[in-house]
Amino acid sequence: MTQIALPQSIDDTLALLGNADYVADRSLATVIFLALKLGRPLLLEGEAGVGKTEIAKVLAQGLGRRLIRLQCYEGLDVASAVYEWNYAAQMIEIRLAEAGGATSRDKLTSDVFSQRFLIERPLLQALKADPAGPPVLLIDELDRTDEAFEAFLLEILADFQVTIPELGTIKAAAAPIVILTSNRTREIHDALKRRCLYHWVDYPDAARELAILSAKVPGVPKRLSREIVAFVQAIRKEDLFKVPGVAETLDWASALVELDKVALDPALVSDTLGVILKYQDDISKIAGSRAAQLLDDVRAELKA
Amino acid sequence: MKAPETIEGEDGRLGENIAYFARALRVAGLPIGPGMVIDAVRGVEASGIGDKQDFYWTLHALLVRKHEHTPLFDQAFRLFWKKRGYLERLMSMMLPAMEDPRQRKAETAMRRVQEALFSAIRDQKKPKKPRLDIDATFTVSDAEILQRKDFEQMSAEELALAAKAIARLRLSVDEQVTRRLKPAIRGRLIDPRRTLRASLRAGGALIDLKRRDHGIRRPPIVALCDISGSMSQYTRIFLHFLHALSAERGQVHSFLFGTRLTNITRTLRHKDVDEAIAACSAAVPDWSGGTRIATSLHQFNRHWSRRVLGQGAIVLLVSDGLERDDHGLEDEMARLHRSCRRLIWLNPLLRYDGFEPRARGIRAMLPHVDEFRPVHDLTSIADLVQALSRPIDQTTDMRVWRQRAA
Repeated sequence: MTQIALPQSIDDTLALLGNADYVADRSLATVIFLALKLGRPLLLEGEAGVGKTEIAKVLAQGLGRRLIRLQCYEGLDVASAVYEWNYAAQMIEIRLAEAGGATSRDKLTSDVFSQRFLIERPLLQALKADPAGPPVLLIDELDRTDEAFEAFLLEILADFQVTIPELGTIKAAAAPIVILTSNRTREIHDALKRRCLYHWVDYPDAARELAILSAKVPGVPKRLSREIVAFVQAIRKEDLFKVPGVAETLDWASALVELDKVALDPALVSDTLGVILKYQDDISKIAGSRAAQLLDDVRAELKA
Repeated sequence: MKAPETIEGEDGRLGENIAYFARALRVAGLPIGPGMVIDAVRGVEASGIGDKQDFYWTLHALLVRKHEHTPLFDQAFRLFWKKRGYLERLMSMMLPAMEDPRQRKAETAMRRVQEALFSAIRDQKKPKKPRLDIDATFTVSDAEILQRKDFEQMSAEELALAAKAIARLRLSVDEQVTRRLKPAIRGRLIDPRRTLRASLRAGGALIDLKRRDHGIRRPPIVALCDISGSMSQYTRIFLHFLHALSAERGQVHSFLFGTRLTNITRTLRHKDVDEAIAACSAAVPDWSGGTRIATSLHQFNRHWSRRVLGQGAIVLLVSDGLERDDHGLEDEMARLHRSCRRLIWLNPLLRYDGFEPRARGIRAMLPHVDEFRPVHDLTSIADLVQALSRPIDQTTDMRVWRQRAA
C-alpha cells in the first residue's frame, strides 16, 4: 500500500482540505501545513460547532490515514487512554506456571508482563506502525479532562513515546499526526500549549459559510441558503449567551430542506429557532419581533 | 522564492529579524522561548515567503499560543515588518508598560528595606503581639476587639494585623469526589494492576488485594469583587483572603468590577501579598469609582462563565448590591446562579442589625443566591471559611431573606 504524500505547500494543504469538502481559510491551512511539515501536534481552540473535530476527520480521510480518536472526559486515566493489562489472563498464567512446576520468579514476571497481555488503548495504538502511514490521533475536548491527564500527555506530545513501568519505553515508529481540540471551558496548561502549534478556529465569514453550506448540504435552494447564512451572520452579532456555530447553520439548512421551504419567513424562523439557539433566554430574546426585524434587514441587504 | 519588499534583507538576515521580532513580542508580554524562535525560523523556511499573508500566518502559528495574544501579535507584526528601524520605536512604545512594574518593585523593595530597618524600634514600642484566635475566651482582649471591628473603621496598623490574621486562617477542606481513581488502603474497589504486581513480587503464590477509591479534589472558586467607592475597603481586605486562597489551591479565579470587569487571577498569583495587591490596583482603572453591577455581570456571563465555571465552581460575589440602574440585573444573576454549583453573596451591609433588603438592586439579586453572608470583620471571614467546608449552609436562612425582600 502506498502512502499519500503530505502536502508540500500551503496551497496543497488548501486543496487537500477542499477535496474533502472542508472549506478552510488560509490561516488554518497555514497552521495545518506547518504542523504536518514540522511534525508537531496542533491544538485547535474555538467555540463549539466551528468544525474543530472535523479537521482531524478530513485530514485522516484526505491522507488515507487511520483516525484514532480519544474522547476526553473527567476521570480519564492511563488505563483507558494508554494501556491496560489483561488481568484475568495474567492470573491464569500464574496458576498455570504454578501447576507446571517451579519456574523462577523473574521469568514469571517477565512472562506475565509481556506484550501478550497488554491491551492497547488509543494513545498506544497511535504509536504503532501502520502500512498506510502514521495515523491521525484526535484528542477531542481536552478541556473536559483534568490537569493530571494533561501531564500524561506531555511525554506523548513531546517525544511520541509512552513509558510502561513493567515493559519499558515504547517509541513511535513514525510520529502520528496529532490534533487536540478544546472548547475552552478551562485554560489548557502552558506546558502543554508550548509543545503544540496553536490556532483559534473562528466563525467563518459570510462567503466562506455559504461555501461550507453548499459543500455540506447540497440541494438547498440558492435563495434559501443565502438567506440562512445572512440571518445566522446577523444573529451572531446579537447579544446572546451562545451564538450558533457552523454546525447549527448546517442543521438549520437540513431542517428547512426537510420542511420543503424555499425562503425564510418570520413565522418559520420563530418556529425553527430551536435548531440554532440552544438557550431559552436567547430564544425568547430573538423570537417574534426581533426575528422579523433581523429578517427584514437581511432581505434588504441581499437585495442591495 | 521571491522576497517581498516588506521584508528587509537577504536570506541571512531573516533569521536575525525573526529573532528581533520575537524579542519585541516578548516585551509585549507573549511568552516566547528560544525554542519557539528556532521553530519560527524553520517554519518560515518550510512554508517559504510567498506573500505577506502567508508569512503572517506562519509566524502566527509558531509564535502565538493564546487567542488573547492575537491582537498584540497583529499590531507588532504590522509595525515591525513595515520598515526597518521600527523596532526601536516599538520597544519604546511598549517600554512604559514594561518600566512601570519594575519601578513599583523598586518602591516596594525600598519600603521593605525601611520596614526591615525600623521594625526593631516599632517592636519596642509595641511589644505585645495580639493573639488572633477565633474562639478566644471571654476576656476582652485586643484580639477580640479586632475580631469584631469593622474593616472600614480600622486604622492602617489594625488593617495590617487583620491582613496577617487572614493569611493565617486555616482554609477550608471543601471537597468534591472525582471520577478519577486513586490508591486507597480501605478503598471500595480492587486495583488489579497493583494487586498483580504485589502478588508477583511474592512469587505469585499469594494474591494480596490492593484497593483503590475515588479521588477527592477541591472545586474551583471564582470571586467577583465590587470595587466601587462604598466597597473598596472591604474588597481590598478580601483580596488578602483571595491571595491566601490562591496560594493554597490551584483553581481560584478572581475578578474585580466597578464600571467594568477586570480579571486579576494572574496578578494575584504573585507570591508577595503586598506586591500582588498593588499590581491588582494598578491593573484596574476604575478603583473606587461608580458601579455597574448588571453590566459587569453581563460581561462575566458572556466572556468568562463558560471558561471558569466548568468544574463545579463556587462563586463568591462581594458587593453591597447598591445599584441604581437595575435593568437586566435579575436576568444576569439568574444566569450566573444557573451556571455555578453554589453562589454565595458576601455583603458588608449585613453588619447593620436592622438591615432590610429594600434597595431595588438587592431585591433583584437576593432570589438568585444560595447564601447571603456578611464580610465586614474577621469573624465573618472566618465564618465564610467554615461555610465553604459545609455542603450548603442552613444557618443563613435564605427563605427568610427572600420573604423579606419580596
